[in-house]
Amino acid sequence: MSGYSDAVIWGIIVALGIGTFALRYSFLGFLGDRHLPEWALRYLRYTPVAVLPGLVAPLVVWPAATDGQLDPARLIAAAAALTVGIATRNTLWAIVGGLTALYLALWGIG
Amino acid sequence: MSQRSAIKAAYWRGFRHGLPFLLVIAPFGLLFGVAATKAGMDLAQVMGFSGLVIAGAAQFTALQLMGDHAPVVLILAASLAVNLRMAMYSAALSPHLGRASVWQKALVAYFLLDQSYALAANEYETRPQMTRAEKLLYFAGACTPVCPLWFVATLAGALAGAAIPPEFALDFAVPITFLAMIGPALRSLAHVAAAVVSVVGALALSFLPSGVGLMIAALVAMVTGAQVELWVNRRKGALL
Repeated sequence: MSGYSDAVIWGIIVALGIGTFALRYSFLGFLGDRHLPEWALRYLRYTPVAVLPGLVAPLVVWPAATDGQLDPARLIAAAAALTVGIATRNTLWAIVGGLTALYLALWGIG
Repeated sequence: MSQRSAIKAAYWRGFRHGLPFLLVIAPFGLLFGVAATKAGMDLAQVMGFSGLVIAGAAQFTALQLMGDHAPVVLILAASLAVNLRMAMYSAALSPHLGRASVWQKALVAYFLLDQSYALAANEYETRPQMTRAEKLLYFAGACTPVCPLWFVATLAGALAGAAIPPEFALDFAVPITFLAMIGPALRSLAHVAAAVVSVVGALALSFLPSGVGLMIAALVAMVTGAQVELWVNRRKGALL
């Protein structure tokens, strides 16, 4: 992987592994059978929708494969994946919808 | 029913409930294997990721930011932020499993995925009379089909990845996978508001070093989600 030495990549993997395990073990391990305060749960609830959309937006608007040029086929595929996901509430169908739209658009637009 | 057969029944019920998730896990693991291999990781690193982290969204996040040559600190911060929901799952399961032994809780924690959490939380809610042993075995049953497949699918993707030509546009499989996770997560106005703030913030701050803009946007989006939820609840309260 360009830019990172093997040692750094392994460092990232191990640190992520330990950090993720710590998050998973956290309350189960130390809270016993008590409950977490509501305000803390409220913030935790929104972490996935706060991180993932911001992560994906630049990839959709400035795709690496087209050197950062807005690409109609990839834009259509992104819209399809999101729409199917909202409509079906199902990640798998959203992936299928997005990939289908991508190949149809790449084939149609050329 | 004897205690022994009740535990056995709980295990197999978990197993049956876990089976449909094979359809979600297999393509996910496959895509990660392919994407990580394409990004230049060797087989041991790809498998190390899936074996030590076992969290698809966080693995894809790390992979993406590594592709952008982001600083290590930001890669870790963003990926762990994606995994903060695991702490929420951990908190939700602790009333049921908090008194289990340390090694049992460690195993549950290691295998605590979106799918195993969702199944267990639902089952414990539906059958509150379950003993702790039954609850643990149900969880183990749910993990039995799902978790090993994550490793096998990653391996298959890593081995096949190098052979897939660029015409398949697999560069875009990663964004599609993210979007596919976001759609079902937009459960309420607060979730949508957080997502919109995250997108606008990340695009507007993209001139900052890679990863920095995302962290700022994510923090603002998280606060937005929590505040919108409070606001909606107040309005509901006022209307009633």
